[in-house]
Amino acid sequence: MTTTPTSHSLVPVLEVDDVSVTFGGRAVLDHVSFEIAPGEFTGLIGSNGVGKTTLLRVILGLQKTTSGTVRVLGQPLRHRSRSLGYVPQKVILDPDVPLRARDLVALGLDAHRFGLRRRSREDKNRVEEMLDAVDARGFADARVGSLSGGEQQRVLIAHALISRPSLLLLDEPLANLDPKSVQEIVALLHRVSVQHDVAVLLSAHEMNALLPVMDRIVYVTNGKAASGTTEEVVRTDVLSELYGHHVDVLQLHGRVLVVAEPSADTDHLPSHATLHLD
Amino acid sequence: MRFLFAPGFASSGPVHVALALGAMVAIVSALVGVFTVVRSQSFAGHALTDVATAGGAGAGYLGVNALAGFVVGSLAGGVAMETIGVQRVRSRDVATGIVLGAATGCSALFFYLEANTGSTTGSTQRILFGSLFEVAPGTLPVVGLLGVATVGALVCIGRALLLSSVSPEMATVGGIATRSVSVIFMLTLAVSVGLSSVAIGAILSTALLIGPAASALRLARTMRGALVLASVLGVVATSLGVLLAYDSYNWSSRHAPLPVSFFVVVIVVATYALTYVPVLRRRAMTGRS
Amino acid sequence: MFSGFMLNAWESGTLVAIVAGIVGFFVVLRGSAFPAHAIPNGAFAGAAGANLIGINPLLGLGLFSLLAALGIGSWGRRGRPDVVTALALVLMLALGAAFLSQSSAYEPEIYALLFGEILGVSSAQLVPLVVLGAICAIVIAVLYRPLLVTSLIPDVAAAHGMSTTTIDTTFLIIVAMATTMTVPVVGALLIFTLMMGPPAAARSLSSRPSLALGLSVVIALGVMWASIASAFQWNWPVGFFVGTYSAIAYAIARLISLRPTTRTRTLYRAHTH
Repeated sequence: MTTTPTSHSLVPVLEVDDVSVTFGGRAVLDHVSFEIAPGEFTGLIGSNGVGKTTLLRVILGLQKTTSGTVRVLGQPLRHRSRSLGYVPQKVILDPDVPLRARDLVALGLDAHRFGLRRRSREDKNRVEEMLDAVDARGFADARVGSLSGGEQQRVLIAHALISRPSLLLLDEPLANLDPKSVQEIVALLHRVSVQHDVAVLLSAHEMNALLPVMDRIVYVTNGKAASGTTEEVVRTDVLSELYGHHVDVLQLHGRVLVVAEPSADTDHLPSHATLHLD
Repeated sequence: MRFLFAPGFASSGPVHVALALGAMVAIVSALVGVFTVVRSQSFAGHALTDVATAGGAGAGYLGVNALAGFVVGSLAGGVAMETIGVQRVRSRDVATGIVLGAATGCSALFFYLEANTGSTTGSTQRILFGSLFEVAPGTLPVVGLLGVATVGALVCIGRALLLSSVSPEMATVGGIATRSVSVIFMLTLAVSVGLSSVAIGAILSTALLIGPAASALRLARTMRGALVLASVLGVVATSLGVLLAYDSYNWSSRHAPLPVSFFVVVIVVATYALTYVPVLRRRAMTGRS
Repeated sequence: MFSGFMLNAWESGTLVAIVAGIVGFFVVLRGSAFPAHAIPNGAFAGAAGANLIGINPLLGLGLFSLLAALGIGSWGRRGRPDVVTALALVLMLALGAAFLSQSSAYEPEIYALLFGEILGVSSAQLVPLVVLGAICAIVIAVLYRPLLVTSLIPDVAAAHGMSTTTIDTTFLIIVAMATTMTVPVVGALLIFTLMMGPPAAARSLSSRPSLALGLSVVIALGVMWASIASAFQWNWPVGFFVGTYSAIAYAIARLISLRPTTRTRTLYRAHTH
């Protein structure tokens, strides 16, 4: 499908090359290809069940592909390469465990190292820096299990960020958030991406909140994907081809609306079919 | 002083051994126990004590060193559980239960066989409930060595273990070999259980494993604090248990002392109950500015 | 093998297996393995205590397992369930150990309480067995659907007006009752095996609750009868065979269920790389 080539002088942070994943005869991902340049902010957009989570898991190395390859900074993803930061959608944090927010963030630095070497001044400064970056100073010493969902999310972002990954992956960070919180977290992620020079790939089923900050969109439906800028991808012709039936793309008050015809097969009706008023 | 310390307490050889052994075992159990509780593996920890019992009973029947029996039995159980082990918690509990059941059956067999060879009396009681005052002094260095090795292994994987207990996915992406960490932890758990079985009996070593750790986790602010506090609580429990058991010889005219393990368990449970007193709890829950 | 005292063994064993198969089915379903292991240990303490004071062991058994069940139920809700269960278990065992140390009891008595004495069951002991067993069966029959629903989908159950707390407590009391009747026969440490292995095996073989429940009882009976026969034949303790045959039954059931037949199984395996 449509792809915007990345700048040739830089090695892409992520290359997904013709990846397919098949379960029991069903193609969950069907020849998906795209690239992400360093520092690029990418939205992986699609409804539930279209393969977004599977794609993320493939990139993280948690899921084997049926065919195709994934390369991070030009290298195949090896176990323990640590070039990726990951924020899962849901982490159950036990309030009975005496793990403070700052402790969880610090673990992002040295959980993989053997022994109990005392953390250096440099390490501790880096933890403070990360806590600042996500506005978590106020609850840095509280137990992670006692934090609100939004606070926990920010701690997880700091944890993923502290090891200076080239790419930060977030699984549905905007799900179940109210519109104000969505705006805040999108702004935070954008700021983090710019200030710490890290590419961001996040999955969402609603693209509108991300329109102001996305450099690239990977639009997924039915296991297939189209990648490029929003101008290139979110168009009637491109999306209709992707969906396999006609859809209309409307722009209204700076928001995008993707609408299928009533008579069409509504199996994968996009969720942007509802108008978001702000 | 006479009232608290029964005559001969301070100078008694077996008492010294009991105190030392109790303290060593308490520390190892407490450290391993903190992670056990964090990982919600209390059932697995207890199941291992039952497998250790089978090992101890088998050793008793074969005339082999009891410590070896406990540790080997426990390790075998740990390996079995990790092998059968399934990801989902409920299936994991079933697998644990099956191993526990099979081990208990073996205990039944070994105790029966030993009773029928007519040799030592009271061995069932000793294996199940411990006999801290009757431990040979030569056991101390062995327990000490194994204890240090166990704590060393725990130190090695400590942070990796913590992160993989919080989120296996985050740990994997963070470069941790979660499966290996899990297996190593199970082995440290097994050895710890084996060691404490010698001190307070296989069945009751769960108390030293879970009690101090659970109490400490409720009170401490950091993991390091929890580990230290758990060790302290454990040593207090065993030392106090030794003292009271020694004293109890004089409590009734029948001179039937209560076992050390009994006192240790009661102290440990009472401590845990105390952590539910609100004023003690408040300390741990702050942290916001 | 089928005359005289053995007859009592067969009868009591059969009753125990039926109750264990039924109650165990729900134990496995509800993930209550640990409490189901802990409550019989309360029974052990009660019997030892009763022994000490000189009253009917059955009373001690019943009282203590009931206390254990209620304790685990109510405090488990307030604290960490697995920690509370573990501590309740060891507390009960420690009390039992203390009672025994004071009563100058000797080896066979401890052994009997923990591992059972099925070959020594008297005719008089059969009556309470039948009565308690019948009560357990009736309560479960009455609460069958609520038990299933609260085990499988607790949130929905609450919406239907079922109090999960009440059901949870009632279930633990059922386990206590089952324990009381079975501990004199198979002992505190082994009743758990019967409540784990056969039901777990049954669950691997069938997804339909009623069928799995039936299979659970059938397998429990099979394990029990085989164990009694083996014990008679080779003079080794019944408990050893119960533990071993339960594990074997579970292993066989798991192996059978792992055959790659349906599409759903392939899907599941693919998802769990």
